[in-house]
This record gives sequence, structure tokens and C-alpha cells, in this order.
Amino acid sequence: MRRRLKPNALVGAVLVGLLLVVVLVGFAWTPYDPIAIDLDHPLAAPSAAHWFGADEFGRDVLSRAMLGARISGAIAAGVVAAAVSLGLVLGLVAGFVGGWLDRLMMIVNDTVLAFPGILLALALMAVLGPSYGSLILALGVAYLPSIIRVVRASVLSIREREFVEASRVAGDGDLYTMLRHVLPNALPPVVVLATSLFGWAILSESALSFLGVGVPPPAPTWGNMLSSARPYMERASWLSIAPGLCIALTLLGVNLLGDALRDWLDPRDDA
Amino acid sequence: MTGPLLSVRNLRVEATAPDAADRPPLLADLSFDVAPGEFVAIVGESGSGKTMAARSILGLLPPGVRRAGGTIALEGRELTGLSQRDLRSVRGRHVGMVFQEPMVSLNPALTIGKQLAEGLKLHEGLPDGEIRRRCLEMLRRVQITDPGRCLAAYPHEFSGGMRQRIMLASVLLLKPKLLIADEPTTALDTLSQREVMELMVELAAQNGVAILLITHDLGLVARYAQRVVVLEKGVEVESGATRQVLGAPAHPYTRRLVDSLPRRAENRPQRPSAAPILEVRQAAIDYPGKPGLFRRGAPKRVVSGVDLTVGAGEIVAVVGASGSGKTTLGRAVLGLKPLAAGTVTFDGMELARMDKTQARAFRRQAQLVFQDPFSSLDPRVRIGETVGAALRHDPAVSPRERRERVRQALEDVSLGGFEDRLPHQMSGGQRQRVAIARAVVSRPRLVVADEPVSALDMTIQLQVLTLFQRLQAQYGFACLFITHDLGVVEQIADRVYVMSAGAVVEEGATDAVFDDPRHAYTRALLAATPSRMAAAVSVA
Amino acid sequence: MLSYVARRLLLALPTLVLVALAVFFLIRLIPGDPAVVMLGEGADKAAVAALHKELGLDQPLPAQFLTWIGHLLRGDLGQSISSGEPVAGLILQRFRLTATVVLIAVTLATLIAITAGMIAAWRRDTRIDLAVVGVSTLVLAIPSFWLALILLLVFGLKLGWLPFVGYVPFSEDAIQAGLFLFLPILTLTITESGVLTRMMRSSAIEVMRLEYVTHARAKGLSEATVLRRHVFPNAFAPTLTLVGLTLGHLLGGIAVIETVFTLPGLGRLMVDSILARDYPVVQGCLLFTAVIYIAVNLVVDLCYPIFDPRVTAA
Repeated sequence: MRRRLKPNALVGAVLVGLLLVVVLVGFAWTPYDPIAIDLDHPLAAPSAAHWFGADEFGRDVLSRAMLGARISGAIAAGVVAAAVSLGLVLGLVAGFVGGWLDRLMMIVNDTVLAFPGILLALALMAVLGPSYGSLILALGVAYLPSIIRVVRASVLSIREREFVEASRVAGDGDLYTMLRHVLPNALPPVVVLATSLFGWAILSESALSFLGVGVPPPAPTWGNMLSSARPYMERASWLSIAPGLCIALTLLGVNLLGDALRDWLDPRDDA
Repeated sequence: MTGPLLSVRNLRVEATAPDAADRPPLLADLSFDVAPGEFVAIVGESGSGKTMAARSILGLLPPGVRRAGGTIALEGRELTGLSQRDLRSVRGRHVGMVFQEPMVSLNPALTIGKQLAEGLKLHEGLPDGEIRRRCLEMLRRVQITDPGRCLAAYPHEFSGGMRQRIMLASVLLLKPKLLIADEPTTALDTLSQREVMELMVELAAQNGVAILLITHDLGLVARYAQRVVVLEKGVEVESGATRQVLGAPAHPYTRRLVDSLPRRAENRPQRPSAAPILEVRQAAIDYPGKPGLFRRGAPKRVVSGVDLTVGAGEIVAVVGASGSGKTTLGRAVLGLKPLAAGTVTFDGMELARMDKTQARAFRRQAQLVFQDPFSSLDPRVRIGETVGAALRHDPAVSPRERRERVRQALEDVSLGGFEDRLPHQMSGGQRQRVAIARAVVSRPRLVVADEPVSALDMTIQLQVLTLFQRLQAQYGFACLFITHDLGVVEQIADRVYVMSAGAVVEEGATDAVFDDPRHAYTRALLAATPSRMAAAVSVA
Repeated sequence: MLSYVARRLLLALPTLVLVALAVFFLIRLIPGDPAVVMLGEGADKAAVAALHKELGLDQPLPAQFLTWIGHLLRGDLGQSISSGEPVAGLILQRFRLTATVVLIAVTLATLIAITAGMIAAWRRDTRIDLAVVGVSTLVLAIPSFWLALILLLVFGLKLGWLPFVGYVPFSEDAIQAGLFLFLPILTLTITESGVLTRMMRSSAIEVMRLEYVTHARAKGLSEATVLRRHVFPNAFAPTLTLVGLTLGHLLGGIAVIETVFTLPGLGRLMVDSILARDYPVVQGCLLFTAVIYIAVNLVVDLCYPIFDPRVTAA
């Protein structure tokens, strides 16, 4: 089993590691209080005092970005955890049990999939009202069908492998076979999907916050920081650059890691 | 024309990876000739480099592999230094190539007609009408029944055997002087195999085309090749006239290869007549039909009216082509597939009437050895746990005793100490031995073996078969041995049932059936089995 | 072939029905009397009573549903609470703009993806390949609204080359309309080409490993012919599926771009109506986008056999 550490994986790991460090450090310390207003220095350009500059209320952009990392990260993690765990259970059942239950689940699945993700999340937010919980729920529901699809496809192909039949020949019950043999082999594509999902969740949450239906103020998230930067684009263009850069770098890191993970898991599966 | 048609000297093929220099090359120092109209075979097992040799000739090596030395001359013209354009004019026109996998050897997105016409258009620039005429004629010569419809159809509408014949047509249309066939019939069943090979040889002889056959099957070599080159791990170990090499092999590896050909068992053990342990009466099995839009599809009957018995301690073979129903029958005997009609009785008790306890006991008494060593072991479970799986359900066996039995079983198959390994760390032959250990650990009274050696290299095949026979003699279990290879049947089985299209067409003691086959299908199968001919040659 | 088409059409029906049901119930999930919810707390009592009657709220649910479906099939999606305009007309008008931007952008992105993806797969592991993979990975990571902001900043504000706010309908002034739409289309093209290129490249690589490609080369065909006739049709099929999915999801995702460039499109309509609690419009938008999404995927499914004839047999 050879590990091939391509440079991509390294870059990805570094970026994600950086994000983690920033989040962890942010729990204890930020250069300034992220919500402290300083009306003496509104729209300050980046300098030694404010590495990323300050916004229209004099709030330090770097500190706000660090808090935003924590908030976005927590929401994305919540979405992934909820969607993946529920998706695993439902996908396993659909794929393994089959029959009318599977057909029914697929019709429901396709129905949810018929709504573009963002719109569905938007609509759900409208119904549920703005809060962290409803945001996680809305995004989770939007992504659940894709996970169910991937898990189910994986289970269907594993079911054909002979070791599943061998388990039956040995006398194992269906539940045991599903948990001991099917589930562990169905995990690798789900793990890869989970990393992609983390990236999409960050992106979606940013988009929703940008549109004004995501995380409510004054909590900063990269999305709503970009949104509030719009009126000041000419005067203080750095406000439009820094938060977007954070999103892009995080996404890049997550994607690279996801790719590396997929490459690493792939050759081990076949003979 | 004097001189050889193809002349290969000192051919060397390596991987292009930076650490390739430290590892042995894929092919080292291979030299051979092919005379015009001759049939030469390159034979070897997996990893022998034989496919690389074939691909080098036309410069079609896969990415990651390159030719590192040697010369290849076609009719005196050196091929190795040619530009891509010149090489392309050689491909197809002078040298044609037929590949192994009929399922992916034709482009699924284009009609047959378009694919056949491509080469002709390119090399000869003929008008469309003439191209169509030639294609139709060629399809007729490869025995495709409705050539016109075939031209307009897509590859997925044809079976494996037919696709190989279409491939042959496609290649021979260009009238090359040399035909390279890389395992052309490996993916086909026995009868189709024979048809395609005979066709290939006949057409080649008619047009004076030389054939270079790449194969692992000594039987094919013995039957068709005039000369043979034997490769082991990239090195040429022996070459010469087929009769000579196979009849009196000089190199120990060649001798091992020849010995691994299945042959009739010398003394069949006399089985004391005992009550049958397995009785199948008028069994019929259905496959659920393809559901249409609003209705369930009509079920397809894949096994009908089969009667079969296996005595305690007997080895009974069920032989037939793919689609004959033999595998399905094997599953039904173990209660893994329901019967549409008829009964299966094990040790006097009918399967359908067993209650839960009896059914559980039955599971321990009847086990299955699977065909595919790469699919039958859970890649994430350690060998020890895989082997001991059946014992978990035996109330009489404690965990400690289970560990001991697993250890014993692994020792029996010469894999002592492998409990903590994972499947991907083991070779195909080793994994198959694990599958056997798994089947015998619960001391079953019946073992159904479903093509247990078909996926293995020839020398490994012999090892595993011998092991299986030894264990059977030691533990005395009855065995239902399912296979498509008559040679294996002759070696290992006491009695044989021949199946075709879901029904038993002939049965009896092995030697009797082989010496005097009654049914036409049995006769055809016997005639088509290459390994028996090879065994005959080598015994001489 | 005909049975394949029939099967696909019939399979879409239950989904459509469920979509209608889902949208119907979504609005009724909000606690309180739907008529009050729609018109707001301080609304005129008479207006509430009239809406009550119109929606048939005193009738049992199934009857309400059928009434609603009846309206739908006549093309009546109700009226916007904020503007009083008929919802159906509003949606169609906005959709024209959104559809223009999305279709042009996705077409361009697909063309880029096919070219770059095939070349990268053909010249695998060389500098060209690494460049293509590198650029598409970077592009994947850039949020579309950020790219929109940056492009607007650079080309609109700093350089002043292009107008960036607002819109002029095509019929009025084609050139001006084109200028207004240039940046949004550019943004979307760049963003979507990343994922499509990667998909095209990876499926081309997979196809090139298959034997029929080697067989085509063994016939002596030139590389260009092999790529065009044998690799491309088989490699394009998965990318086509992805294009369909992209078209569908962009119907929603384009909201952010429309916000940045202040374009009166469908996505923006959806967001605005949610913020304004204009439920008839929300309902209408949801239904409309879902139907379009199903239709687009149906068209993709019907185009599939052109590239992969095997699907009709299944």
C-alpha cells in the first residue's frame, strides 16, 4: 500500500490546517473584539494596526473574519454531520432492503432534488425563520437527497459482491450483514462526498448570508461581510476582497483534501 | 518472399516510473520470428509480459510503459524508429490486432457498419458502395446470419462470441499479412471459443495471413500453434516447435505448465455406496422477469426438470456453458434461491420444510466455495474472522475453540499464521485457499464449489485443485463441483451431470461419459475443450 | 426508442405531483391562518375575508388542493401581495432574462469544458494537463458572488469599461443590453467551466483506457479521428448529465449574481419575495423552477441516446 503524497494534498492540508488554527486561536483571542465599534477610524485601509483594514463601523476586519470562520465552520460541520448520518441510514435501508420501500424513497428523493438547492434552503428559511438551527436544517435538507443517492448506489454495487452472499451462507442475519460487511465498504465514497459537502455548505451559507437570509447580524460571517461591503466598493475595496479570499482559500483547501482523499481510498478498494 | 515476416530481436519493455530501473523489466530480451502464413503462440501466465510483447509491435503500449530496447522488423522494414504517421500506415493495413474483451472492444456509440468502414476508408479510399459490399461479404464469412441488419446495429445488441467475430471481420477486411490475437477467446465460453478460433485459423489460412497468438491456455497452443514461445516473468524460457516443447519440455517452468494441465485421474477412489446426502427432484428455478411499465415481467425459467443426487463423500461435477443454469442450481441446492417447482432434500430432510433450528443446522452442514477470489472476501475484514464466520452460529463451539479451529483450517490450506492479514495483501491463489478454509472449517457434509479455480493462473489452478482433493479425502465431505472446464471434471469428479439451457442432457460416471458420450452437446463440449488435446499431446 | 421516451415521460409524472403537493403544504406549514399570513397582520378585514373565500380555506384540504391545481392548470398563480401583479406574468418576464444569461453562460462553459477537458486528457500529466487541472481547481473554489464583485470592481468601477448596475431590455437597445449582460455572463461562464472541465477530463481519461480506443488506433486512425469519433461521444455522456444538473441548480444559484449586478431576474425575485413575505410569489417561483428543472433533465435524458445508444435497451 503506497501512499502517494502529491503536492496538491499538501497544499490542501496546509490550507485546512490554517483554517483550523485560526478557528482554535479565535476561541481564545482575536486582535480586536469583532463586534466592538470604533467610530474614530471607519473604513481604515489595511495597515499594521488593522491587517485587513476596518469596516464602516471601525470594526477590525481580520477579527471579524476569524469569528466568521468559526461560525461558518460550525454551521458547515453541523450540516455535514446531520446530512451524512441521516443519509447513511436512509441510503443503507433503501439500497439493502429494496422493493417498494426503495421505490417510494427514490420518488420522494427525486422530488426534493427537483428544487434547486439554494431555493429550497431559501424557502425553508422563510418558513422556519432565521436562526442557526433553521439554517443547518435548511441546508441539511437541501443536500440530503444527494447523499442518499450516493450511499444507495454504493450499497447496490456492494450487494452484488460475493462476500455479502458469503455472509448469508455462513448464517448471518440481514442486520449483521448490513452493519458488518456492507456499511464499512460503503463508507469511502461517502467520506469523499462529506468533504465536498463541507465545502458546499460553507459556500451555500455564505451565499445565503450574502443575500440577507442567512446568519442574522451582528454576527459576522464571510457572506454578510461581503454583502455589507457593497456600498463601499469604490472607497474601500479591501472590504470586498478579504472575506471572499477567505471563502476561496477554505474551499480550495477542502477540495484539494477531498481529491487527495479520493485518490488515496481508490486503489485500495480493488485488487 | 524469403525471410521472416516478423522479426523481433532483444525486445525490452519497462515501466516509465522513475524507480523502474530498480525493478526487473516487464519484458527482457525477447527474440522470435514469424514466417509468412505461420501460426506462432506466445504463452505465459499473468505477469509474464506476453501482452506487452504484442502491443510493442504496433507501438500501442499503454501509458506508463515504454519500449526500452530491441528491434522489430516487418518484412525487413524496421518499425521501431518510424514516425507516428508511418506507423499508422502499418497499423491495420499490414498488421491487424484482435483484443480480449469483446464487451469493450467495440465502440458502443457507433454502429457496426461505421466501425467496419473506418479502416477501409482510411487505407484504401474506396467509394461507399464498394465498402458496403466488402463489409457484407466479410460478415457472411465470419458467419453472421443477417449482415445487412448487423451493419446498422450497435455493439450492445450482440453477444460476446458474435462481437469477437465482428472484430475479426473488421481486422481481416484490411487484408493484413499478420494478425496479432491477444487472448481473443478468454472471455468466451467453451463452444464459442472453439467457433471463433476455428474461424480465425480458417480465414487466415485462406488468405495467407500469419497469426501471432497471445494466450495463457496451453490447450489452444497445442491445438493450433506450429511454434511456441514460453514466457515467465518477462523472460523467454523456452521456444520451438509446439510438439517438441509441450511433448518434451526442457525448462522446469515449461514442465510445470504442462503438468498443470488437468488430466484424467489415475485411480479413482472407490466410494462405498452410501445413502445419498443430497437429492434434487424435478427442480425448476425462475428468474424474475424485467418489469415493464405497468406490469411485472414474465419470469424466465432458467432450470427445469433437473434430477440430481450426490452420495456422501462423493465428488459430483455439474458442467455446462454460462447460461446453462449450473450456477443457479448450485445456489438453489444451498437454499439461497427459491425453487419454482420440485424438491431439494438434504440428509433426508426437505429444504422447504425445515424449521428455523434445522435451517441453521443446515447452514453449518452445507457450505459454498465462491468463484472470484477478489470478490468473495470482505476487503475490510481480517482473514481469521472471515474464515471463522460460520462457526459463530454454532452453539457448541466456544470462542476459544473457534479460534483453534480457524488456526487448524488455515494450516490445512498451508496458510498458517495468516489470521491477521487482510485480503489485499494476498495473491489470487492464496485468497482462494482462504475461501476453501472458510468452507471446510465447520466440517460440513456437503460443499458446493462454484467454479473455484476458473479465475486462477494454470499453475495455481493445479495447486488449488490438489489441495481441494486432499481436503476432501481427509474430511470426507460430499462435493457438488460446478465448472465449465471438462478437463477439470475429468481430473477430479467421480460422476458428472452435463447441463445445457437449464436441463440435464447427460449424466453418469466420469470415465464412462468421457469415453462414450451419448448426447450431441456433450460430444461438442468434449471436442471443444482445448486442455484435453494438450494433455494428449504431452503424454506422447 | 419510443418506449424509452414514454418511460421517461411517465416517470416524471409522480415527481411533478409530489412537487405540487410539497409546495402546497410548504406554505401551510407557517403557523396561523394562511390568508392572514399572506396579507400580513394588519391587513384589512374585508381583504382577508375575500382571500379566505378565494383560497377556499373553509373547505377540507383535499378540496383546497384541487382548487389550487385547477387554478394552476389555467395558468393562474395568484397575485403578488406587494405589487398586485399576476404572479404568472411576473415570473415569465423575469425568467426571460435569467434564462438568457444562464443558457448563454452554460453553453460557453460547456464548449470551454469540452475543449480543455479533452486536450488535458489527451496530453495527460504534461504541463498542459497540469495547467488545466490547476486552473479549474482554482476556479472551483471561487464563490460566484465574489467573482462577480471583483469583476464589477475591476471592469466597472476602476476601469469604467462596462456598465454594471441595472438593465435595459433587449428590445429597447440590443447593444446596451448586451453590455449590461456581459459581466454577469462572464462571471457565470468562468464559475461553471471549472466543474464541467474536470468532469469532461476525468471521463475522457476513463474512456481512453478502454479497449475500443486502442482498437481504433490499431486500425491506423489518426489521433484526431480517434479522439473525435471514439473518445468524445462516450466521454461526453456523464458531462451532459452534469450540464443538465447545472442548468437546474443555476436557476436558484443565479440569485447572488443578479443581486450583485442588480438584474431583475428570477432568482432575485425569489429572494425579494421571501424577504417581503410575498407568499403567492414564493409559491409560484418554487413551482416554476421545479417544473423547469424536471423538464431540463427530461430533455437531457432524451438526448442521452445520441451519445450512448445502450440506454434505450435497458
